[in-house]
Amino acid sequence: MKNIFWSILGYFYPPHSINCSKVKAEQNEQALLKGLANNESKAIETIYKDNFSMVQAFVLNNNGSYDDARDVFQEAIIALYEKAQSESFVLTCQIKTYVYSICRRLWLKKLQQLGRFSNQVDNLDETVPVEEDLEIHEKRNAEFAIMDRAMKSLGEPCKSLLEGYYLKKMGMQELAAEFGYTNADNAKNQKYKCLMRLKKLFFSQYNIGE
Amino acid sequence: MDDIQLLANIENYLAGEMSPTEVAVFEALRKKTPEIDQMVVEHKLFQHQIADYAATQNIKHTLHEVHARLLENGDVNEGGELSAKAQVVQLWNRYKRVTAIAASVGGVIALVISGLVAYFSPVVNGNQIQQLSKDIEIIKRNQQYQGSLINEVKSKIPNGVTVISGGSGFLIDAKGFIITNAHVLKGTAAIVVDSKGREYNASIVHIDTKKDLAILKIEDEDFEPLKSLPYSIGKSNADLGDEIFTLGYPRNDIVYGVGYLASKTGFNGDSLSYQIQISANPGNSGGPVLNNNGEVIGVLSTRQAQADGVAFAVKSKNIFECVNEAKDSNTILENIKIPTHSNLKGLQRKQQISKVADCVFNVKAFSKK
Repeated sequence: MKNIFWSILGYFYPPHSINCSKVKAEQNEQALLKGLANNESKAIETIYKDNFSMVQAFVLNNNGSYDDARDVFQEAIIALYEKAQSESFVLTCQIKTYVYSICRRLWLKKLQQLGRFSNQVDNLDETVPVEEDLEIHEKRNAEFAIMDRAMKSLGEPCKSLLEGYYLKKMGMQELAAEFGYTNADNAKNQKYKCLMRLKKLFFSQYNIGE
Repeated sequence: MDDIQLLANIENYLAGEMSPTEVAVFEALRKKTPEIDQMVVEHKLFQHQIADYAATQNIKHTLHEVHARLLENGDVNEGGELSAKAQVVQLWNRYKRVTAIAASVGGVIALVISGLVAYFSPVVNGNQIQQLSKDIEIIKRNQQYQGSLINEVKSKIPNGVTVISGGSGFLIDAKGFIITNAHVLKGTAAIVVDSKGREYNASIVHIDTKKDLAILKIEDEDFEPLKSLPYSIGKSNADLGDEIFTLGYPRNDIVYGVGYLASKTGFNGDSLSYQIQISANPGNSGGPVLNNNGEVIGVLSTRQAQADGVAFAVKSKNIFECVNEAKDSNTILENIKIPTHSNLKGLQRKQQISKVADCVFNVKAFSKK
């Protein structure tokens, strides 16, 4: 009887396999983060599936809506993405813990801004300090907003041209064909003109922001 | 045009697309002209910014795509498919704090108000309750008193030579046959007194305790048989709401009472009697209950002690049954003729009463030794 008992326990928790699975899990997570850094939709999908419902439950349980949950989660993933891109990046905890910590921080902050109440029932959950990361993230958010504004006030066709070049990473030849320029050089010329205007718009805001 | 050329050069330089000689020329230019040097640094920063912007924009795009895909596959659940229940839960989750506050405020207000009410009104309240209870006490005492009176009538068992029980009775045959309640006749013999105070000896012919009816026969030389009786004895059931009146002897003088038929059954659904609404007192037992046409519909027999004005009358068709049963054992009754035609139809109540009164007797029963 005792043997069976221990063997059942042993089956579920074999002492040597804990380390194995841990190592394996870590490798898995590293691969996922690498995929995230390269904007691979498969890796992102996996991370999404593994973590979204947890964050959703947290937000819904703390006075939030489905839309709030989605926004908070996606922002956390972007923060993780930014972190994963830097070469010195090492994640000292599980993705789940990190994402949860970021979301928690973001959501509680949002609640504070909205003046809503939060019952903070999840205080005992495992979290890691993310304040520094969030500061960096917020700085990048601000820069993103400036660039976004500059882009939007640029007007067409400059906006689409620059988006094609920088976001979609199209070549000059492709762009010339897409926008109807006679050759790549003309397109390039136009791109420089647009770029100068964008720079002007961007720095007028950026320097103030600094 | 120069600016554009310069920008193109800077981009090429930063991208490392220049040939070594071009690089040497451009770096010399940078050193010579601080403005161009500044522009290069600025552009480098800008390139970094726009790269970051592009990357963020792209990851956002991917995230939206992934989200939409997972939503479609059902791996992620969201607002669009919110069931009504989930919506309620969500609303509850969102507003439960507010609700709790509102509820507690309401509770506190309710407590304060009830506290104030309790504080300011105890004296008045107490008085009212006391007065009320006094009233109840008085009513209770009255009822006990009245109940005891009824009991007295019902339980007038003669323990001496001439103890009298009594009630009312009325003629069912002009030759001197009187019907009354069985409980009126506790004794072995009786005398009857008419409305003018004349007394006649009577003998008990028949007693039916089941129907609570009894038949007396006046056996007195002073008695002059009437030619006919003014009222008839009804054979059919009366209707609810029929106006009724009665004559009887709750005391030594004849007393008139009026009321209506309240129910076709008596106490506890007793189908032998009616419930009538009339002011009846001990002594009314055995009196006739007549309708507007001068038809006897019943014999007033009992009343409910706890209720005001609720009395019961034995249905008149029981009189016929009682007489028929008695005929078998009593030859005296062979020639009895119960009146089936009323002479009182259409007469005024006063005239009806004066005619009926002659046929209603005060019955006094006693035991002969």
